Amino acid sequence: MSFIPGAEQGKANLDVFCETLLALARTDKNVLAVTSDSRGSGKLAPFVAALPAQIVEVGIAEQNLVGIAAGLASAGKIVYAVSPASFLTARALEQIKNDVCYSDRPVKLVGISGGVSYGALGSTHHSTHDLAALRAIDNITIIVPADNFETAEAIQAAAVMEHPVYLRFGKRPLHHLHSPQTQFAVGKALTVCEGTDVAFIATGETVHPALTAARELEAEGLSVRVISMHTVKPLDADTLIQTAGECRAVVTVEEHSVFGGLGEACAAVLMQAGIHIPFRIVGFPDEHMVTGSQLEIFEHYGISASGLAQTARALLKNGGSL
Amino acid sequence: MTERELKVKSIEYRRKLLQCIKRAKAGHTGGDLSCIDILNVLYNRVLNVSPETFDDPGRDRYVQSKGHSVEALYVVLADRGFFSESDLDTLCCYRSHYAGHPTRSVRGIEQNTGALGHGLAFSVGVALAGRMDGAAYRVYTLLGDGELAEGSNWESMLTAAHYRLDNLTAIVDRNTLQITGCTEDVCALEPLRKKFEAFGWAVREVDGHDVAALTDAFLAAPFETGRPSMVIARTVKGKGVSFMEDVAKWHHGVPNDQQYEQAQQELDQLLREVQA
Repeated sequence: MSFIPGAEQGKANLDVFCETLLALARTDKNVLAVTSDSRGSGKLAPFVAALPAQIVEVGIAEQNLVGIAAGLASAGKIVYAVSPASFLTARALEQIKNDVCYSDRPVKLVGISGGVSYGALGSTHHSTHDLAALRAIDNITIIVPADNFETAEAIQAAAVMEHPVYLRFGKRPLHHLHSPQTQFAVGKALTVCEGTDVAFIATGETVHPALTAARELEAEGLSVRVISMHTVKPLDADTLIQTAGECRAVVTVEEHSVFGGLGEACAAVLMQAGIHIPFRIVGFPDEHMVTGSQLEIFEHYGISASGLAQTARALLKNGGSL
Repeated sequence: MTERELKVKSIEYRRKLLQCIKRAKAGHTGGDLSCIDILNVLYNRVLNVSPETFDDPGRDRYVQSKGHSVEALYVVLADRGFFSESDLDTLCCYRSHYAGHPTRSVRGIEQNTGALGHGLAFSVGVALAGRMDGAAYRVYTLLGDGELAEGSNWESMLTAAHYRLDNLTAIVDRNTLQITGCTEDVCALEPLRKKFEAFGWAVREVDGHDVAALTDAFLAAPFETGRPSMVIARTVKGKGVSFMEDVAKWHHGVPNDQQYEQAQQELDQLLREVQA
């Protein structure tokens, strides 16, 4: 039976994170999880039970978390620093900038419950700034996996990366997007489905809504491409430029502010490559976030099958004028 | 190295760092002069690290959290042979590795610092790794006193005590002055010793310009088994140059020609007294 992207639901990426990290840590005692009272949020209970000597708890102290992670990494440890993305990338931004990136310590920063995963808990718990903040810091790779496969691959890839990396994922169970034959490489986007009328270039948990929108548009006779741009930095400019050359319009989708994230990164590449096609950035506007679950927030801001399909239809119809 | 030789070194270091600052027209003069005796004792009497062993995982680590006093560190590292003294001619010059705060692009420097409140957390991480690996190395970090207003330090103090990191020694350069003025007027720190003790550290207070007392304190660590060690080094900002001593404006003051000559003459006189 052939693989149908999005047909089956998998696990929450947090579960995949724990399983993958545990497997890595069993083979190498230098693999550590460092947490800021976040082992519960990070679903790390099985890791703690199996390898208690390989978890370092620092308390609710994210600056401390990142600084200690840098110190551990300097002494040869393979360190996954785990904390909710909102706190990790705002409270500890200076530690990420200086102790990790500037000092070139290969810490694996793991932002859990990223984007608006915490939903109705409110903006204190949302990370809609993290991609923008980290993109502007040199010497860090940013990966936002879209399904269980990408998550497991990214966590394993991070283990051998010699420079800092930020992994960001959510807590909701995700649909499988890639066949078992798929090859994952950091910095190389994955095509979920092919098409030529419009391309959704999405990242993280917005790839599946983009795929559902594609299905809706395909039922209307349109040909739709969906790309998972799991690595936001360095951006896969080759795939982006190729996609823009082969499709009539591009819609970027991200669980992030429209400022400074995937969309603006893509726009910069296309503009500077002299490629001018109908283009839309879908993300969160510059306003206080509406209250609701993650999916309600997605729906509110058009990150849904109907919302994205409507954006694509309008873009194809009006040729990109605002 | 004898106590007298250490004292001579301290004066030579002071002369050299003033020369570097004068040439670069930049530097954190007051704090360099307050911590130079601490660095002298660490690198010449205490630390198990050399240019040859700097890549050895078993080396002792020194992390300068008060990164702005980098001229003092550069001068000591140059003297210890980590790089050529002539490299310091490029301090703060275009494309030089020798920036105004420490970076790992200079051999001998463990971690990039300069933003305050970062060195202790990093040092806790290195000490934890050492504990996990059963390594014999010790970790030393130097904090400014004004820097202690950064809350991240107190997060790391909790963690160091929680993990009973007695392979970690933190040193506070307690010169009582920060850029705005006296620490007690800006954001009072005292009673500092009681605060450290309440956070679970074993504390000793020493004269931060007495090389024998500093040596004794550093070599006595851990002061208590199962506790991280804190040395409060009572120092004088601008120490060794009469008109710089205890004057906040010398935090990053650069001497003019006349001031420079006077400073060097005073240090020459000190040198003669020590040698006599």
